[in-house]
Amino acid sequence: MNSSTPNRTERCVNERISQLREESFTGKPSISIERALLETEFYRENAGKHSLPVLRALWFKYLCQHKSLYIGKGELLVGERGPAPKAVPTFPELTCHSGEDLRILNDRTMTSYQVAEEDIERYEAEVIPYWQGRSMRERIFSELPEEWRLAYEAGLFTEFMEQRAPGHTALDGTIYHTGMVDFQAKIAERIARLDYAADPRAADRAEQLRAMAIACQAAIIFAERHAALAEEMAKSETDEQRHRELLTIAEVCRQVPARAPRTFHEALQMYWFVHLGTISELNGWDAMSPGHLDQHLHPFYQRDLAAGILDREKAKELLSCLWIKVNNHTAPPKVGVTAKESGTYNDFTQINLGGVDRNGADACNDVSYLCLEVADELHLLQPQPSVHISNKTPERFLKAASRVIRKGYGYPSVFNSEAVVMEQLRVGKTVEDAREGGTSGCIETGAFGKEAYILTGYLNVPKILELALNNGVDQLTGRQVSIATGEATDFTSFDQLYAAFARQLDYIVNLKIRVNNYIERMYAKYSPAPFLSVVIHDCIEKGQDYYDGGPRYNTNYIQCTGIGTVTDSLSAIKTHVFDEGAVTMAELLAALRSNFAEAEALRLRLWNRTPFFGNDDDRADTIMQRVYESLFVSIDGKANTKGSVYHLNMLSTTCHVYFGKMLGASANGRFACLPSSDGTSPSHGADRNGPTAVIKSLAKMDQLKSGGTLLNQRFLPSVLASEQDLDKLGGLIRTYFTLGGHHIQFNVVDTRTLRTAQEHPDQYRNLLVRVAGYSDYFVDLDREHQEEIISRTEQESV
Amino acid sequence: MNNVPTTIFAVKRYALHDGPNIRTTVFFKGCPLACAWCHNPEGIAFASRIITIPSKCIGCGECLAVCPAAALELHPEGIRRNDEACIACGRCVEVCPALAHESTGRVVDTAQLLTEINKDRPFFDQSGGGVTISGGEPLAQPEALLALLHGCAGLGIHRVVDTSGFAATETLLEVAALTDLFLFDLKHMDNSEHQRYTGVGNELILHNLAVLASSGAAIRIRIPLLAGVNDGPDNIAATAEFLADCRGVQGVDLLPFHSSAKAKYRKLNQNFPAGEMSAPPRERLDAIAASLRPVVSDLTIGG
Repeated sequence: MNSSTPNRTERCVNERISQLREESFTGKPSISIERALLETEFYRENAGKHSLPVLRALWFKYLCQHKSLYIGKGELLVGERGPAPKAVPTFPELTCHSGEDLRILNDRTMTSYQVAEEDIERYEAEVIPYWQGRSMRERIFSELPEEWRLAYEAGLFTEFMEQRAPGHTALDGTIYHTGMVDFQAKIAERIARLDYAADPRAADRAEQLRAMAIACQAAIIFAERHAALAEEMAKSETDEQRHRELLTIAEVCRQVPARAPRTFHEALQMYWFVHLGTISELNGWDAMSPGHLDQHLHPFYQRDLAAGILDREKAKELLSCLWIKVNNHTAPPKVGVTAKESGTYNDFTQINLGGVDRNGADACNDVSYLCLEVADELHLLQPQPSVHISNKTPERFLKAASRVIRKGYGYPSVFNSEAVVMEQLRVGKTVEDAREGGTSGCIETGAFGKEAYILTGYLNVPKILELALNNGVDQLTGRQVSIATGEATDFTSFDQLYAAFARQLDYIVNLKIRVNNYIERMYAKYSPAPFLSVVIHDCIEKGQDYYDGGPRYNTNYIQCTGIGTVTDSLSAIKTHVFDEGAVTMAELLAALRSNFAEAEALRLRLWNRTPFFGNDDDRADTIMQRVYESLFVSIDGKANTKGSVYHLNMLSTTCHVYFGKMLGASANGRFACLPSSDGTSPSHGADRNGPTAVIKSLAKMDQLKSGGTLLNQRFLPSVLASEQDLDKLGGLIRTYFTLGGHHIQFNVVDTRTLRTAQEHPDQYRNLLVRVAGYSDYFVDLDREHQEEIISRTEQESV
Repeated sequence: MNNVPTTIFAVKRYALHDGPNIRTTVFFKGCPLACAWCHNPEGIAFASRIITIPSKCIGCGECLAVCPAAALELHPEGIRRNDEACIACGRCVEVCPALAHESTGRVVDTAQLLTEINKDRPFFDQSGGGVTISGGEPLAQPEALLALLHGCAGLGIHRVVDTSGFAATETLLEVAALTDLFLFDLKHMDNSEHQRYTGVGNELILHNLAVLASSGAAIRIRIPLLAGVNDGPDNIAATAEFLADCRGVQGVDLLPFHSSAKAKYRKLNQNFPAGEMSAPPRERLDAIAASLRPVVSDLTIGG
């Protein structure tokens, strides 16, 4: 390895993995128009000849028969969604990029997607003319009510299915003992049992089931083509080792996914083919996740070790190949304005490690540790491992995870197994299904392999308070975007203001649900996903699609953001306007509407003299509880269109930045357009009593009534330097979980964050740093000392 | 329960370096010593005073309106305080929206402290942490200290007392009966050098340490180390000799000096007596550790 190669790659399990990792790490995303061309060709010929499920399945088969294959140098696992790594297809049936979109993606300064001009021209000539007016996005948007559009444009919520299909899927262990041939047999058996006399939907089910059988066949064809290609390549391969590897690849691809895997290698390839199938069939949100990968692979690992056909290093090599495969798959880019403004969006493939098995026993095993090692050595953006900590989880595992946490990759994130199980029991899942479930995406709870748990969009809760303060008018634009709930200056008590907030909340949530349910029917009817339906229980048994209530459980989530900002704002109004009476509502509103122009003293009073969420202060935390309960009442239990209901979860991903932009100045002293609080975390800089106080505040939220919450904590590497420090981290995590916390993650900060903290100390008051023998708040140190810490951090993070 | 007024200058939750595991540290205000290298200069004086951070001042003038002593003046660079005139009533601290005025201490009572400490009990229980009472010198407010230790005992909270050892021996023994672990400072073995750098001699301290050690109390010794002050071979040899006779000493933490308190002195508008001092070089620290290891099994550098 030459000296210019970053030394981080030298720690990979071997040279092959270093090489593959490097290619994946440095590879630039590009757009491949192949899928769109094939799809257009197929649809021109076949649209209207079949039922929609069968048409979708035949199209999936056509894609598997005709797409370009890729077997890269040194690869052991094979298969790419595009013609090469990082080559991203488009999905014009969902959302059709314009020529201008493609040019923006190619030219934009943030991470771009390369698209050749001749491809754009071909896209304009062949793809766009066919899909214009036919894409799901256009069909959905043409039907949306005006009041929804007003609220949407004001940034009150986002709509997930506006550019991508519902997704959010993780698998259970089924595919490790069930091949596509076995699925086909089940499907045939189910078709044979259809009762046309008694079941009015029997014909629909038959179409759906036939489509699933075709999708199984498509996946087999796709693998067979890879086998043939590997054999072909082997013929001309002069390197003896690679020759053998290619023949092994061929053998593996002839086994899976047609039949159940027999070895560790085949198990990984099985997963990968299924993963690829689901992300090629449609562009579902957040791709696909393997779920409890360590549990699924462990039997293969043990068996292969005993048989002498695998060792620890070889297993790590194969796992590394999966990691790299996932990282190769950048999310398909968006269209319209978002294409210009957003960076590359990465799908979140979360790999759950540890936790409990279906019988409730501790599930940590050798593969769990191997996966942590692989994640540490490769430290790629994706996939992201999470560790699941139950009362039974050994300390050794938590500590192994903590050692990776302190490296500062932002993962593994840490989840509370008991909470994840109880959240699911609360909504009526069986205890075994709940234990086999876990978390995917960021923090979302679901029953792996048995549930469609669809994220429908983020809710801008602080903006809803803004509506209550402005009688339904958007503070930034002056437009009436919601119902009138009274002039805030007429409120004589905090409860009156709160009642207005609760009414606005209910109105906005209902508006969102109304449109969600409409979109849900659109997907159920016009965009079935037969391949995905094969691998999720009980779509085959019900003869229903994944999007149409086929899964055993069907949850819709609305993700609530900004609990910190809204709690703090309400607390400020309660304290200063209603309790102390030192500020009038009119003064406050004038200050907010002018973005605190000429009102710095008032702004600082609000910011410095208000009980804020995150300080273990009941004055603020009881307001948080009240807001949380209102969110729960407005969302939980409302019907979706699949015989099930909505639940809430509490996360923002990066949406708090967009929502902040759409939010005027807020009563907690936050200037207009700055980010609102992220996840379930306190507002930046509002928590001033350290992490235990944050955790205590968070624990006052009845998190088991949600489908997940997200808590971010920032640390400097030096706070986690010694083994004792890791024990204390473990103590922090275990205590949070004992108190009912769902998730916690630690961002071990880099020097860039410290620089930002120097510039904006108010936003970073909670940043703990270790100073020689003790920890202190970074922003409380003098410049000289801050500089010293920055230079030390620079050295540590190398 | 005895509810005693206590002057403190800070309560820190999630203190990770003041004893075992996750702790809450209560800083008692006032210390009979004045060590040149003191890292908590705001804890030395027994009386609280008000300090002003002009850079935080936004010039709103709210403090001027409430100051009964006319001790404040508004200048273009921010507010300025006349310390002579200031009666430390704290009105300006209460009203300032920008937090530009701070008091160096406040009086609370035992019950309030227990409420604050008790908040992190789940973390203590989980991690084996507890409360650390530091300062200043906690033994300088014996009644308050005893009341607090007693209260913590009632809650089953592990108690650490961080002390200079400069207190009446009987007070120390009374405290020892309610303390799970002492962090006991050993600054210098030479009486006149001790006097020179801390303002008091070391006879009482050494006597107290010997008595405490033989009483069966659990003790960790903390030695701040400064180049040319107390890192010489003679002092280290004397330290080792003394510790060899101390039963009950569980370990020693060597704390190399660092100048991070500089900012605090600046804020207090005080001169940092140890401004030019430095920690012993790494090799010297290793040599010191090597000479102490024969008498203590558990030794850390950097606390």
